[in-house]
Amino acid sequence: MLEQIEGSRAVAQSVALCRPEVVCAYPISPQTHIVEALSELVKTGRLAPCEFINVESEFAAMSVAIGASAAGARAYTATASQGLLFMAEAIFNASGLGLPIVMTVANRAIGAPINIWNDHTDSMSQRDCGWIQVFAETNQEAGDLHLQAFRLGEELSLPVMVCMDGFILTHAYERVDLPSQAQVDAFLPRYEPRQVLDPAEPVTIGAMVGPEAFMEVRYLAHAKQMQALERIPEIAAEFRAVFGREAGGLVRSYRIEGAETVVVALGSVLGTLKDTVDELRDAGMAVGVLGVTTFRPFPAAAVREALQGARRVVVLEKSLAIGTGGIVAANIKTALAGLPAAIHTVVAGLGGRAITRASLARTLHAAVDGTLEALSFMDLDWGLVNRHLERERARRRSGPVAEALLRDVGTVAARVS
Amino acid sequence: MFQIRIHGRGGQGVVSAAEMLSIAAFKEGRHAQAFPSFGSERTGAPVVAFCRYDNAPIRLREPVMEPDALIIQDPTLLHQVDVFQGLRRDGFVLINSSRSLAGLGLAELFSRYRADRMLTVPASDLALKHLKRPLPNAALLGGFAAMSGEVTLASVESAIRAKFAGAVADGNVAAAAAAYDVVQRERTELSHA
Amino acid sequence: MSHQPVKFYQTGTFTVGNRLLTPESRTVQASEARANALNSGHRACQGCGEALGARYAIDAAMRAANGRLIAANATGCLEVFSTPYPESSWQIPWIHSLFGNAAAVATGIAAALKVRGEAQTRVIAQGGDGGTTDIGFGCLSGMFERNDDVLYICYDNEAYMNTGVQRSSATPPSARTATTPAQGAQPGNTFGQGKNVPLIAMAHGIPYVATATVAELHDLEAKVERAMAIRGARYIHILVPCPLGWGAASQDTIRLARLAKESGLFPVFEAEFGEVTSVSKIRRHVPVDDYLKPQRRFSHLFGPQADPQTVAHLQRLADRNIRRFGLLADGDAPERVPVPEQADERHAAPA
Repeated sequence: MLEQIEGSRAVAQSVALCRPEVVCAYPISPQTHIVEALSELVKTGRLAPCEFINVESEFAAMSVAIGASAAGARAYTATASQGLLFMAEAIFNASGLGLPIVMTVANRAIGAPINIWNDHTDSMSQRDCGWIQVFAETNQEAGDLHLQAFRLGEELSLPVMVCMDGFILTHAYERVDLPSQAQVDAFLPRYEPRQVLDPAEPVTIGAMVGPEAFMEVRYLAHAKQMQALERIPEIAAEFRAVFGREAGGLVRSYRIEGAETVVVALGSVLGTLKDTVDELRDAGMAVGVLGVTTFRPFPAAAVREALQGARRVVVLEKSLAIGTGGIVAANIKTALAGLPAAIHTVVAGLGGRAITRASLARTLHAAVDGTLEALSFMDLDWGLVNRHLERERARRRSGPVAEALLRDVGTVAARVS
Repeated sequence: MFQIRIHGRGGQGVVSAAEMLSIAAFKEGRHAQAFPSFGSERTGAPVVAFCRYDNAPIRLREPVMEPDALIIQDPTLLHQVDVFQGLRRDGFVLINSSRSLAGLGLAELFSRYRADRMLTVPASDLALKHLKRPLPNAALLGGFAAMSGEVTLASVESAIRAKFAGAVADGNVAAAAAAYDVVQRERTELSHA
Repeated sequence: MSHQPVKFYQTGTFTVGNRLLTPESRTVQASEARANALNSGHRACQGCGEALGARYAIDAAMRAANGRLIAANATGCLEVFSTPYPESSWQIPWIHSLFGNAAAVATGIAAALKVRGEAQTRVIAQGGDGGTTDIGFGCLSGMFERNDDVLYICYDNEAYMNTGVQRSSATPPSARTATTPAQGAQPGNTFGQGKNVPLIAMAHGIPYVATATVAELHDLEAKVERAMAIRGARYIHILVPCPLGWGAASQDTIRLARLAKESGLFPVFEAEFGEVTSVSKIRRHVPVDDYLKPQRRFSHLFGPQADPQTVAHLQRLADRNIRRFGLLADGDAPERVPVPEQADERHAAPA
């Protein structure tokens, strides 16, 4: 049914339709509306039977999900940014134990400096933890990906992280088509665990594994993610058949046929990119877009296939590996090894800085003109940066960086004396 | 595509206004998007919210930089924030104030934009009267409907009822209708001037 | 996994039971039909108090739960020695997740059971003092605060034993550990630090809190049974001497546990909803020296560099417990809501 609702609510309703049995969450912007909506659904009995647990930290949230999942219940939680880091130990534990927990990550930057706005630093920081990671382009897809996540996760016994841009998607009102309970029940069967804590058939879960078998256990986790590469498109196809729309999958291309230049990106910025590309195409530029929907497992073959005809690839990413450069770009480069395409990393939107059509167009023109560097930072205020570097050169006690920059920008009251 | 930018302060329902506007557009069969731009939650801090709608699906996610319409919920922002930035030459401006535009010191705007598309409406007063609280957002939407004709008052009312219930919804609907009437009258006067 | 029954030769005389008692009065351990949840073959040290405590407690819990029990275990000695790859000693459904989250994992298990309507299956979370009083403290408090239906058992050997005997917030003052060496002007652990988790548990107002030792099997089993008859958050804190970490003879484990209680250093009591409801009186009061001397972790207080002042200080701690908890037959009544000893230490500390 078509509704005009907030992204968070669309996700909460979608998750509720999946019949989670244990929902445990700790509040953090910008995920709060999701768990608030779920608590409302549980309190009013619209989501039942379900235990909603208010936990004391994100570490507890993931741990409660681990216990619940190990005991055979369908478990769900949501977090962002600092919260994701706070549960880092438990995230590895969940994937290491092979528990099919589904978690929404409302993508947000990581401090210091504290920043509540959107970028992908949080998910990227956990990209190798063994969870499947998928990125939603719209709120419709955000809701739909949760259905697919439970299905995929439970089938493979792997946890799944559904990433959606904080504020940009979570707090945006837009049109969403919410499925019916009957449709979801047909698509998502009851959870049948591979392992479960059951007094009738006792098992030991979480024993220590030494050098004699650890490599094999780790490899099996990797092998399972490789299986996911096969299953994800199949599940997306099944989803399309049942619900009548596209959602999920490994990658999604837009106007890539005959594109000399292809922009690669994840998440909501793909929408703005498509509008930009339409304008540029109208003006004669042979440019297209490749959206990466599944980031882990990394769909190297699909990416290579989509980009093999491109002369240049511009990886637009909302993350930065301090000390080296692009994160998504590094994965793209590996996938395209041996191909002649020039690869540019454009870091944009960190900490919620808006990514505009104008800036995107400028960047793409530069790429085509050959003036785009290998690594660039969209809309970076070089004046601000250089002034601070000079400050640091001039004086040892240059103070906290953030305060110095904010003072320069004029948002902090100047000293009286 | 039609783009609206709403300016106000935290606690005045700026974000709700954008959301309700998107619901109104949705009810009229359009694709609509509403989203906020705000700092840490704080009553009184400047808040901006955006709404865009179109007959085709909306993919764009950037802030509204060239609004077709501006709704200013708090006139104290006028000389503090550049609320008019990017406004299209034939854009609409609706300001929550019991004073006229000239009275607000904005007469020079008439030279840059279309005079018949710039109005004030005492939305806070109307809200106090019908809702018993100076929350001007719903009233401003009623005023916007009258000013621009972009959405009907019926859609605005429907949107209000989607967000609020009971007496609060009734109060907001009454305020919106009252503001609609006020703005209709202002437009009529302007066209006769 | 097929259940393996108990063979008495593997468990020693303590478990055979007092033949002068009627069967109902005998301990769970004395029964051949006991669950034997922690089967033999685990890799615990000779004389390990934790292995003893866990076996006693879990078998008692299994009997109370009619065999329907799930355990969440923190990282630590118990977890490590009971599940040496590729074997497991556990004959019950058991999960080890992380060091600091046993209480939260148990909360999750309890929630899953509740959602399924499986009221008969009960949940235990267990860990050592490290995983309970320090790194697991946040999750423990959360579980208490929500009153989740979990029995948390802490096996307290007063240090991080599995990693090599480092100090925890349960380490008694003046004790030597690898990170509180018996050197310098103030050898061993510092006075005025540490925390009393049983009292903290009581401050959460949970339905049942108890302390126990591995020296009194009937008492420990009775407390587990009592706890299992209650729904909601429950906490049992068991003193389990560690021969290796305490520097004691492996055959002294039970004796040391008894001396800890008889000296007054480890009060044995029960509390409900924040107030002390019963106290296990000292039967034969001993000075703290009798308890401290057999342990090399306190050897720097005796011998050639004897430190009678510190011993006297420890005696004062013991005397304070005796007074506060009413541990002597003819002594004071227990304080309904006792104050942790660290508070007095800090109060008395020079500015």
